[in-house]
Amino acid sequence: MELNQVTEDVLKVIDSYGFKQEGAYNLRLNGMAVCHGDSRHIRIVKKEDKPGIDIFISAEAQKEQVHIPVVMSEPGVDVVYNDFYVEDGADVTIVAGCGIHGEGCSETRHDGIHAFHVGKNANVKYVENHYAEGNGTGSKVLNPVTKIFVGENSVFTLETSQIKGVDSTKRENYIELAENAKVYVTEKLMTHAAQKAISNMDVELKGKNSSARIISRSVAKGESKQVFHPRAIGENLCHAHVQCDSIIMDEAEISSIPEINAKHMDAQIVHEAAIGRINDEQLVKLRTFGMTEEEAEAVIIENFLK
Amino acid sequence: MLQVEHLSYDVQEEGRQSEILSDVSFSVKDGEMLVITGPNGGGKSTLAKLLMGINKETAGKITLNGTDITEMTIDERAKAGMGFAFQQPPRFKGMTVRRLLHLAAGRALSEDECCELLSSVGLCAMEYIDREADATLSGGEMKRIEIATVLAKHHDICIFDEPEAGIDLWSFSMLIKRFEQIHREKRESLILISHQERIIQMADRIMVISDGKVESIGAAEEIMPHLFGQEINSCHCRQQKGGEL
Ligand SMILES: Nc1ncnc2c1ncn2[C@@H]1O[C@H](COP(=O)(O)OP(=O)(O)OP(=O)(O)O)[C@@H](O)[C@H]1O
Ligand SMILES: [Mg+2]
Repeated sequence: MELNQVTEDVLKVIDSYGFKQEGAYNLRLNGMAVCHGDSRHIRIVKKEDKPGIDIFISAEAQKEQVHIPVVMSEPGVDVVYNDFYVEDGADVTIVAGCGIHGEGCSETRHDGIHAFHVGKNANVKYVENHYAEGNGTGSKVLNPVTKIFVGENSVFTLETSQIKGVDSTKRENYIELAENAKVYVTEKLMTHAAQKAISNMDVELKGKNSSARIISRSVAKGESKQVFHPRAIGENLCHAHVQCDSIIMDEAEISSIPEINAKHMDAQIVHEAAIGRINDEQLVKLRTFGMTEEEAEAVIIENFLK
Repeated sequence: MLQVEHLSYDVQEEGRQSEILSDVSFSVKDGEMLVITGPNGGGKSTLAKLLMGINKETAGKITLNGTDITEMTIDERAKAGMGFAFQQPPRFKGMTVRRLLHLAAGRALSEDECCELLSSVGLCAMEYIDREADATLSGGEMKRIEIATVLAKHHDICIFDEPEAGIDLWSFSMLIKRFEQIHREKRESLILISHQERIIQMADRIMVISDGKVESIGAAEEIMPHLFGQEINSCHCRQQKGGEL
């Protein structure tokens, strides 16, 4: 299917692996699935009862990718439910993400409600980029809900980033780990102007020997506001490490409200949080290379969010 | 040529004005090596930071190659031809040594160029180029990378603040060779702040800064004999309190 330039451009930003209409993919454009394809091991089925898709990833899928981007270039509210079923032993990278191109004066909003049901001994990487552009005055809103159930001995890697343009976001993540399951989360967030971002993340370490490592990096500029609420609940012998680092600039405001909750005497849970201004010594050093203050700031932020 | 006239720097300490540098004047000719030495806390690093525009002088004038740079920002001075190696270099969590060198050079360096830079400060490129310039590097390693960032680009004048500090004997010898080479080729003027005899010996001229003032400045032969074996009484309590302690 032929895609217009706006869609192509947004796809380039949100799908860093490169979106192609090949293999397993599904492109949702302005609230409609406009094109989709299955691969030998990955099947995408449209839901009957509500908007969204079910994605079935078979055990034979090894080092395969599935791309399911969402692009909104027209105002409106789009709520979509996507469910992933990953069989025992599968190894897959799921590239999702949502890009808004807003030119109008009314709201453009996408609520992606995702659930991952991961079997045993599987390896899943889920990459999600959120982005908005366009000169429209209507607010650009993304409210993702992600529920992840990681089976025994499986590894789930979640990389989520929102670097630009989204006026308001409220993300809800819920992760549940079975025995020996591991989750690695990296969250990157940058807000500008009057943008608002709320990130709630609950990780329940239910299984013995389960572990979680959560790294959250954020930069707040302008008068933007960010609130983080990571919560790790250890219900067994387990390890969890939550690290939240933020750079605050201008008139921005950041709150980090960690919660660590142990329900087992062998649960080890660590939380580190730091909010601080941009490192002045680094800034000065880069300026001695001939970079302006703005250029140096951009390098530091890019490096921090890398 | 760098010309410094009547440079002073005051700070506000607990509401009181305190003078860190007072009326410092000197010049550095093209291709010349000036070594600044003197007791700890004398004001050497403060002077270096004023030259680079990192601190703002209270009074005075700095001219580089005929242009008044006193009002220039750090980056404008860098573009005008100044290079600066910090006494205590900052670390860059998440940034590779390679990227730091690219940024320092202002362009993408080839693998060979990076390798050459690192070996000139005694570091093996293979081992360091993809490492992060973060707290996992030792003090001496970071210090040598700091020096490499300044060597990454041509400058008219480079300021090295205690380049020898924390560096092992072997790397120090390489560093000395590198400074000698730059000096011999007269490509760049050098201001080396140092407490090290071998560095001081390389100087065309030596300036001694003590208590925020130029205590002496002159040709190396002239200053050297007074430097070593001299006792400096840095405790002023007795004088201030009229001999009582
Ligand atoms: N911002 C400041 N506020 C107060 N005092 C300062 C400030 N900056 C420097 N000083 C003081 O000025 C003096 C000179 O410091 P400077 O770092 O320039 O010394 P230095 O000659 O480089 O010493 P060293 O040989 O130990 O490196 C010191 O006594 C220092 O404590
Ligand atoms: Mg010093």
